[in-house]
Amino acid sequence: MNLGRRDFLAGTGAAFAAGALPVQARADSVQFPFANGERPLMAFPQKRPMIVLTPRPPQLETPFALFDQGVITPNDAFFVRWHLPSIPQQVDATAHRIGVSGEVTTPLLLSMDDLAKLPAVEVTAVNECSGNSRALSSPRVPGGQWFNGAMGNAVWTGVRLRDILDRAGLKPSAKQIQFDGLDAGVFPATPDFKKSLDVGVARGDDVIVAYAMNVAPLPLLNGYPVRLVVPGWYSTYWVKMLSAITVLDHVDDNFWMKTAYRIPDTPDNAVAPGSSGFPTIPINRLRVRSFITNLSDGGTIKRGTQELRGIAFDGGSGIKRVEVSTDGSTTWRDATLERDYGKYSFRRWNAAADVRAGTPFVVAVRATANDGTTQPVTQGWNPSGYLRNAIETYKVSVS
Amino acid sequence: MKRTLLVLACLGALGASAVAAGTPAPPKGSASISLPGDIGMAFKPGPGVGAAQANCLTCHSSAYVSTQPVLSKAQWAAEVTKMKNVYGAPIADDAMPAIVDYLTTQYGKP
Repeated sequence: MNLGRRDFLAGTGAAFAAGALPVQARADSVQFPFANGERPLMAFPQKRPMIVLTPRPPQLETPFALFDQGVITPNDAFFVRWHLPSIPQQVDATAHRIGVSGEVTTPLLLSMDDLAKLPAVEVTAVNECSGNSRALSSPRVPGGQWFNGAMGNAVWTGVRLRDILDRAGLKPSAKQIQFDGLDAGVFPATPDFKKSLDVGVARGDDVIVAYAMNVAPLPLLNGYPVRLVVPGWYSTYWVKMLSAITVLDHVDDNFWMKTAYRIPDTPDNAVAPGSSGFPTIPINRLRVRSFITNLSDGGTIKRGTQELRGIAFDGGSGIKRVEVSTDGSTTWRDATLERDYGKYSFRRWNAAADVRAGTPFVVAVRATANDGTTQPVTQGWNPSGYLRNAIETYKVSVS
Repeated sequence: MKRTLLVLACLGALGASAVAAGTPAPPKGSASISLPGDIGMAFKPGPGVGAAQANCLTCHSSAYVSTQPVLSKAQWAAEVTKMKNVYGAPIADDAMPAIVDYLTTQYGKP
């Protein structure tokens, strides 16, 4: 199979296309298009220069123009998000163990060698932060102020979680599976970061304990030596430096499940700004999204027939259709879908557009997934700024 | 990169699938990094900055504050209360007003 340059990006040394960076980018900083949107660009260990949301704990955003360069996000450009301040800066994979305990018949303590004895599987999947694009929430909400780059797409290699659970033997009382990693708070009172999935989700074909990312060990900041990969689900469940799997006989009531990372249990998971007292559920599957990757809102485009390129993804049904509109969302026409790397992957698309001189060029992009979901015109609001997936519109000047 | 292409080319349109020969094995040995700390970031000067430094910077850099939208005093109070009551930061009760006032003055709106 002969793959084009845009399918894969060389791992290092790629220059970002300056014209497509969000607003003005200098060598050492970026200005996002919202208040308090100044961000330094800096290379953290095992990473190329990335947009620093916070240096401690590290939260690093992928410069958006990078998504134009390939369907796979390179490891050294993959976004980073940690919650707690104590992150091991040295991890010995040889000594690392994953404990499996709780409602099981045979508790386990698994080494990397133990994982090597289980069947290896791989899946190409998008990892998107629950709070990706939070800074675009209107009205704005407190929290990590990400633009659109808290996401990435990688080939994950590992073993099925189900194979591990079957080795341990789930008792009939098993209700949820809880995951914990090596990170910790400074104070004992800080809730340890743990996430849980229903047994039915955890035993899915595609949920894996991954020890490789794009055919290489995970960067430490992405969870070396192993992390959970839950294709189609928001990143909060993809626990890094996975060290403990605990089978619970109840619905997890720890802070990170019961209080944090919850969305309104309302139509479209939205509420009126300022609302309170509504029922909530844990955040779950990715909402369908699409982006143009060779334009940025407020940027420029040349007149004439121009190629538009971009990406689309959803929560695991796969992308059925991508459409573009250049007349204010009155009429839409189909873009061409490029190669399919699987239902959890970014799907690249392209479309030609006639760009005329004299007026700004305005283009919108809309994806529809195989499950029938599509992107809303107007973004619903929720207090945590999760789930953003409204149709993206780009207004650019014509040169 | 050539190896990446070979492995990726074997992927089907379904989900997790068996891997081709030559796929990576679980890693062995240590990985270590040295995180750069706060990369020179600091709170703005002003009344109460000492209380903010002493309490907030234990767990996170000042960028957690400076990158927020312009929050009201009530919103900053809610954030500081959350740090104490939810995340377990040992903030003395009598330091709370100074921190909230500092954050509102320097990073918020009255």
